[in-house]
Amino acid sequence: MAADPLGGRIAVVGASLAGLRAAEALREKGFAGELTLIGDEPHAPYDRPPLSKQVLLGRARAHEVTLPRVREVDARWRLGVRAEGVDPIGKRVLLADGGRVPYDRLLIATGTRARPWPVPGQAALDGVLTLRTSDDAAALVERLDAGPRRVLVIGAGFTGSEIASACRERGLAVTVAERGPAPLVGALGGVLGAFAGTVQRSHGVDLRCGVTVTALTGRGGRLTGAEFSDGTRIGAEVAVVCLGALRNTEWLAASGLAAGPRGVACDAGCRAFDMYGIVTDDVFVAGDVARFPHPLFEYQMLSLEHWGNAVAQAGVAAHNMVSPGPARRPHLTVPAFWSAQFGLNIKSVGVPTFSDRIVIAQGSPEEGRLVAVYGYRGRITAAVSVNRAKSLEHYLRLIESGAPFPPGPGAADGRGPRPSVPSDVPDPRLLSHGPTVALTGHLPDRGLTLLRQD
Amino acid sequence: MSPQTLFRRITDYAHRADPYPLYAELRANGVVRQEDGSYLVGTYDEVAALLHDPRLSSDRRNRTEPDQRPLPVRDDLPPSFIGLDDPEHDRLRRLTMRSFGPPHSPGTVDALHTGITAIADELAGALHGRDRIDIVDDFAYPLPVTVICRLLGVPAGDVPRVRAWTTAIIAALDFAPEQDPEPLQEAALAAQREMAGYLGSLAEGRRGGPSGDMLSALVNDDGPEGTLTGPELMSTAVLLLIAGHETTVNLIANGALTLLRHPDLLVRLREAPELVPQAVEELLRYEPPVQFLPQRTPLTDIEVAGVTVPRGAPLVLVLASANRDPLRFPDPDRFDPMREHNQHLGFGGGAHSCFGAPLARIETQIALNALLPRLEGFRLAEDPPPYRRSPVLRGPRRLPVVRG
Repeated sequence: MAADPLGGRIAVVGASLAGLRAAEALREKGFAGELTLIGDEPHAPYDRPPLSKQVLLGRARAHEVTLPRVREVDARWRLGVRAEGVDPIGKRVLLADGGRVPYDRLLIATGTRARPWPVPGQAALDGVLTLRTSDDAAALVERLDAGPRRVLVIGAGFTGSEIASACRERGLAVTVAERGPAPLVGALGGVLGAFAGTVQRSHGVDLRCGVTVTALTGRGGRLTGAEFSDGTRIGAEVAVVCLGALRNTEWLAASGLAAGPRGVACDAGCRAFDMYGIVTDDVFVAGDVARFPHPLFEYQMLSLEHWGNAVAQAGVAAHNMVSPGPARRPHLTVPAFWSAQFGLNIKSVGVPTFSDRIVIAQGSPEEGRLVAVYGYRGRITAAVSVNRAKSLEHYLRLIESGAPFPPGPGAADGRGPRPSVPSDVPDPRLLSHGPTVALTGHLPDRGLTLLRQD
Repeated sequence: MSPQTLFRRITDYAHRADPYPLYAELRANGVVRQEDGSYLVGTYDEVAALLHDPRLSSDRRNRTEPDQRPLPVRDDLPPSFIGLDDPEHDRLRRLTMRSFGPPHSPGTVDALHTGITAIADELAGALHGRDRIDIVDDFAYPLPVTVICRLLGVPAGDVPRVRAWTTAIIAALDFAPEQDPEPLQEAALAAQREMAGYLGSLAEGRRGGPSGDMLSALVNDDGPEGTLTGPELMSTAVLLLIAGHETTVNLIANGALTLLRHPDLLVRLREAPELVPQAVEELLRYEPPVQFLPQRTPLTDIEVAGVTVPRGAPLVLVLASANRDPLRFPDPDRFDPMREHNQHLGFGGGAHSCFGAPLARIETQIALNALLPRLEGFRLAEDPPPYRRSPVLRGPRRLPVVRG
């Protein structure tokens, strides 16, 4: 670190939510040195959650979902140029256009990108899309506006389910294909997965679980339909590939950092580990690309794709980048996310996949309003509300304090004691899509090993 | 003095003008069982947690300990949603929200902006040239009552009746132990019946012929979840009408009083109206119009800051004390309109968080913007001013200011 933590040069690679919030926090905390933000998209930082919701419904335009600025940021913006590597000795970020950005502290916030359809020839068919960026959303809206006879959504995670919801709200026929037993099952387990499946079908989704798409078919370069592993086939003019996200870590392959498919490993203070498991003091990580240990989840490394985590972690990283050792803070925020689909407001706190049992503590699936509480080995580890978010803070406190599972009775709309059942969280390998919350073991170098296996 | 007498002292009218030292004593003593069997909570973290705790009921029928000061029991009307738990509370609140806010009516409150400004400007204009003003009667009261009557569809000519009924109903909320509660409660019950009948017949008259107001919407709106029954509509309309102005009167009056006590800040806000929204949030922290929530009851034994509060015991959440908790707000007894991270509990929180908060916010912002320029050259005629009886809905009964 520079002699004066508020001076020197900081480079932030990744100019989306985490990068922007970190830059704002750095200036807020009095960093007066040179600040450079590098982003491969040509757009100023924007907000991604609406891209699969309001934008698809035509309530907001894809390129107008800007992020509110917390404050003005005095920085050099290098947008539309990709970072290709890091020279950790010379302390420079290497840019694709040949440029070099020197730093004395680096923040990695490169996030994720959509996992593409694995067969390049089929992925290139006109009508096969993914959804991650505002350009993606603009392209998808254009397709939906054209009124396709059927839309195929491949993968029923949150993004896929939200897209299916928007299609139905627009009156479009939609088929959802999910390799797992139910939609959202990878994030929420069997009970809420079954509930989500019922909801999707009642909204007219042609939901097909336990099948995979074996081929996307086309004629004259245009998508015409898909074939499934059960031998059936459908016609579709649009297919949205929602197979989860890939972490943007390839550019760090030669950096010597513990970077791999599950993210860049860092300590509780957002400092990156190198490939030997030694913590660096000048490279920090925040947002979807980070893999960080969490005390509430047995200190396993968590990889999250959550808006709130990006904001919180960016704040901690920025603080620690300009603070001397004893003043540094840990990133201990309990994971939380939300989704809006099929008229449901779904909110989650904790890590639902870190569970063995689940109990419906309030409401019920039948009335479409509930709070499900998840436990692991007798402790509460997560809670998910559907159209009933007001008491979620209560469960957040139970998670933070490691309260016993199941929670005690007495909830106003608890309908008396109910038995807990297995949470039925499937092995992520069984899903079409990658999980948005992943526990990735204890070792910082594991990602590196996996990268080499790839 | 014994902390077990805190509730008695807080509700004692002698402390109405400044209950804050008692709140400090409450926070210092943690959760204390009162001599009447109720439990008081006044620390921020605990109150905030309890507001989101699904094990707390707002339905007084869940009290098992003798309730020393029952509200009037309305045998003929169901409780309104402020006194119900989910799922009933939720269903009624959602049906009512259909004509007030998102997702079905996202523009309702914004659309009131122009009308409220016109009313506020007219009231403020009438103060011109006066040497003595009662801010409550001349301004803080007529503004919200006109707004809520217009929003609900109550004719302007009936405002005096609304005021008489409201006064009688609020009087029964007054926990003065030296008084015989029965006559007050009889009067409140009668007023409530009359008001309910009045609002019910107004709504009934608009069945099939809606006139763009909330009573019309409540009686005609037939969403997927059905509609309110006749008695539900009456309970809800009484709640909206009373809660829709009573608290805002106090917020505006408390705001004027606080600013008159801080003339430098009054000038600053007058010159920089863009600071007013943040100042209103600080007012909601510093002088909240609802001082405490008296009607929570745990449905099971719960632990609060190391104390077990038994099932069925009256549990009082002292919002105004939580708002002054030094563990949450630095320098909490200082009025600072520029305060940041001001997550006050002035509107409560959780499932019962204030239904009308968006309206109260813009009303008070508009009110202060209209009023402050008129207060140039005025000072408080009495400090403290005479307060209304209620320790819950706390505010000045009159707020006389004079030139000079």
